[in-house]
Amino acid sequence: MHNSPATPGSTAAQTVAPAATMDHEAFNPALRHHFADAQQQKNAASLGMWLFIVTEIMFFGGMFCAYLIYRVAHFNAFAAGSQQLNIWLGAVNTAVLIVSSVTVVLAVKAAESGKRKVLVGYLVVTVLLGLTFLVIKGFEYAEKFEKHHVPGPTFNFTEKFDDNGKQIPVNPKEAELFFSLYFAMTGMHALHMIIGCGLFTGLAIMAWKGHFTSDYFTPIENGGLYWHLVDIIWIYLFPLLYLISRHT
Amino acid sequence: MAEPEHNVDPDLTIEHEHTTHSNAFYIAIGAILLVLTVTTAAVAFVNLGPFNPVVALLIATIKATLVVLFFMHVKGASEKLTGAVVVSGFFFLAILLSLSLADYLTRNWR
Repeated sequence: MHNSPATPGSTAAQTVAPAATMDHEAFNPALRHHFADAQQQKNAASLGMWLFIVTEIMFFGGMFCAYLIYRVAHFNAFAAGSQQLNIWLGAVNTAVLIVSSVTVVLAVKAAESGKRKVLVGYLVVTVLLGLTFLVIKGFEYAEKFEKHHVPGPTFNFTEKFDDNGKQIPVNPKEAELFFSLYFAMTGMHALHMIIGCGLFTGLAIMAWKGHFTSDYFTPIENGGLYWHLVDIIWIYLFPLLYLISRHT
Repeated sequence: MAEPEHNVDPDLTIEHEHTTHSNAFYIAIGAILLVLTVTTAAVAFVNLGPFNPVVALLIATIKATLVVLFFMHVKGASEKLTGAVVVSGFFFLAILLSLSLADYLTRNWR
């Protein structure tokens, strides 16, 4: 192996020996032996994360598809249900998630620059913003329980669709369908937020212990991709659920 | 296995992909996203007839595109495969939505 000249683009057999390159100036302790170099390892991790994100898009896509079909079929009931949601809490939560996405991208930047304390700071702020979102969501859910707008035996919907001042009565069963989708979609999104908060708490602890260097911070990058995905899902949930026929 | 030469190009391992921007750039993108959020909430109270959902989804798509391109670093990614996977994700979502709605929206056509 010693006398086989290694050239860029040579076969894999010649490239699998980084474990023995302790004296190589570019040695990176985080580099796994089955990767040719750090960039390849990073690209592989990123590709895997993006494939996971595609499955998430299809997972939520199924619910978005069900939502679209039922919204078209029962528009008045969906509009009446949407008008019962708190648009301001929804908008504030959108803003909270956008700010958290900024802190995530700043965390990735801090990790790349090798600033450990700045990284931990941004990760902690991200978790706090995520918890803020969940608390606001909790108040919204509490209001739904109080108004008996939670699907089930106690569901009761007497509100009408305010169509530019014209009060249109709607079938409560159809409104129940709206709230079923509302709870399924925001609930699944909230579950992703809870997972994200746990994930970022773990990343903050790892960062505090000095697991990440400017050469290796793939978990921060991929955790960030996850957080942005959850943000994007909310970016669509907000107009679709909260903003149906608000112009009264 | 004494001192194996392997083909790690030091330039590749030490240099990072130049996909990150300055902090000010990210904060500016965040500010644009916040302005678009206020815009979409405000426009919802204006009666545009059938165009209310169109405008709302258009703004949402602009916001999502900004997040994907700049926060998720798809723009400028060195790996073309990442871009292909991202596009394929939205391609299959488009198939799911368009073919399903092509069925449900046309059932009353006689």
